[in-house]
Amino acid sequence: MSTTATTIDGAVPPRAGPRSFVDRLRDGDQIAHIITLIFAASILVITSMLVYELWVNSHLSRAKFGLAFFWTQTWDPIFDNFGAAPFIYGTLVTAIVSLVIAVPLGLAAAIFLAELAPRNLSDGIAFLIDLLAAVPSVIYGLLGIFVVVPLMRTVIGPALKDTLGFLPLFSGPNYGVGFLTAGIVLAIMVVPFIISVSREVLLTVPREQREAALALGATRWEATWKVVVPWARTGIMGSVFLALARALGETMAVTMVIGNDPKIRESLLAPGYTIAAVIANEFTEATGDLYLSALIELGLVLFLMTFILNGLARLLIIATERGGGHPS
Amino acid sequence: MKKTALSALLLLSLAVTASAQSDKTMLLNAAGATFPYPIYSKWFDVYHTQHPEIQINYQSIGSGGGIRQLLAGTVDFGASDGPMSDDQLAQAKFKILHFPTVLGAVVPTYNVPGISGGLNFTQKALAGIYLGTITKWNDPEIAKANPGVKLPGDDIVVVHRSDGSGTSYIFTDFLSKVSDDWKNKVGKGTSVNWPVGLGGKGNEGVTGLVKQTPGSIGYVELIYAISNDVPYGKVQNAAGKFLKADLAGVTAAAAAGAKDMPDDFRVSIVNAPGATSYPISSFTWLLIPAQIQDAAKRDAIKGFLKWMLADGQGYNEGLSYSKLPKPVVEKEKKAIALIQ
Repeated sequence: MSTTATTIDGAVPPRAGPRSFVDRLRDGDQIAHIITLIFAASILVITSMLVYELWVNSHLSRAKFGLAFFWTQTWDPIFDNFGAAPFIYGTLVTAIVSLVIAVPLGLAAAIFLAELAPRNLSDGIAFLIDLLAAVPSVIYGLLGIFVVVPLMRTVIGPALKDTLGFLPLFSGPNYGVGFLTAGIVLAIMVVPFIISVSREVLLTVPREQREAALALGATRWEATWKVVVPWARTGIMGSVFLALARALGETMAVTMVIGNDPKIRESLLAPGYTIAAVIANEFTEATGDLYLSALIELGLVLFLMTFILNGLARLLIIATERGGGHPS
Repeated sequence: MKKTALSALLLLSLAVTASAQSDKTMLLNAAGATFPYPIYSKWFDVYHTQHPEIQINYQSIGSGGGIRQLLAGTVDFGASDGPMSDDQLAQAKFKILHFPTVLGAVVPTYNVPGISGGLNFTQKALAGIYLGTITKWNDPEIAKANPGVKLPGDDIVVVHRSDGSGTSYIFTDFLSKVSDDWKNKVGKGTSVNWPVGLGGKGNEGVTGLVKQTPGSIGYVELIYAISNDVPYGKVQNAAGKFLKADLAGVTAAAAAGAKDMPDDFRVSIVNAPGATSYPISSFTWLLIPAQIQDAAKRDAIKGFLKWMLADGQGYNEGLSYSKLPKPVVEKEKKAIALIQ
């Protein structure tokens, strides 16, 4: 199908002859150019200032712990011994769990809304989904505490232990709070992003693509799965990474349901801790200088993780584009 | 983190502009502990209506933030649930005085299937549970303090605060006092490296986890327990008596613990002597610079402190805070003269 995916260059606006700076200024082009340039540059400035501040203020902690900060498993504010390992682990595990749940769910919902549902129904549901994306995270946290946690303790947890309990992933005591609960709540939070963005992207796939596939004898589902989805996959991946970013940085909802215990445990039912949650919990009462510095270094680590994951995402997109599909 | 810092900055800048604009009202900025915030805001509000020329703007950003802002000189005075350490005082460019304002206490709350009445906790039992050495509800250390109660053999699920808080400070101060193991392995502070247990955010987070989890035990601020009808157990005090915490018991502990009150008021009153002293309680402090250059500001702060020690204490019990014992009030009144 990749043969049909040729790009048609948009019409290039005719270039006028060389004009003086004043002329262009009079037209507003130059002004618009400068203003938009400044705004674009401000993003760079803000990002670098953020990194600079985190770097400078984490000086004490970096000097004392060095790279060992990444694999030290202790977090002891009283004896001033700090390590990020349990928080990095918790952040990654909850984000992965949430994506494992949210991606199939979100993608399937987006395909239904874009391809199969009547347009009116699709628009109505899309409106509700956008509303969901705007709900404050503390509300999801409350939903987690009052609905997901009791369900995990009394229904889901025991069921998992009965069926998959032989796996280390589902071993140990089940308190209702833990990695899996946090992952589920995060999944509920990020699924609207995946649905909303993926649906928009799927809707932009040209009708000719579908018609061509159908004309070749593909069924409706084959046309959707083998033509429309691959065409839109860059955008779909974009939605997944947007979801990942939110899952990595989410604070309130996670801290309410994860159990807040900085230990690395293989069981998903066990309590854990994330970077964003520990910063929110301990920053206000951090009296010691080294303690504060270590919390700021955690912020730096979270930034680094986001940076690396986004980089990997870019690479993945480049790699899939090479394999064919629409180079959007 | 960013949000807190940003909003603190924003509020601070608002406060600064406000103080620059108004000529008649004197605006004092203060920041710190969240635990005494309800009574502080009541005091500052009442004081402002009685003395319209003085307005005190208090940001409850946490003890750590209060100490840092005081050291940085961005607030006129701070507030903290734990006294400043010698190191912190040495760091300060100016001398800082501690003034106890109200008292707080911490109570154990639990959820044991089949048990409704108040359980008794020995000091050893609480330390053992939080150290992870006592893991079952029918452990002899718990059973011997509760004759006639049929304790189940369930695992104990330990719950503690996940956010840094004065409540944790008081509780870990108590555990450090009664258990050498705790003192050497964990220590006392607003956040510690908990040997076991789940973390709940805030008093409500701990209460929520305890209510939902059979076999769990947690600790909450007494005021929170009283105003939300959270059932809680009795704790053995230094005299060996099991006491259910109430406001009077906390004041009794303060009176007993304050007998040898040091001149800088940095005193721990956990496990205070006396048959009526509730063992898990503490002062909370205002942190005031000893030297204040601006004479008008100095007089305003001194005036407020005098009022807080006299009339102000009358508002405590309405908000479920224990009153300061008389000897402490007298001693503080003398200490006000040290502000110059």
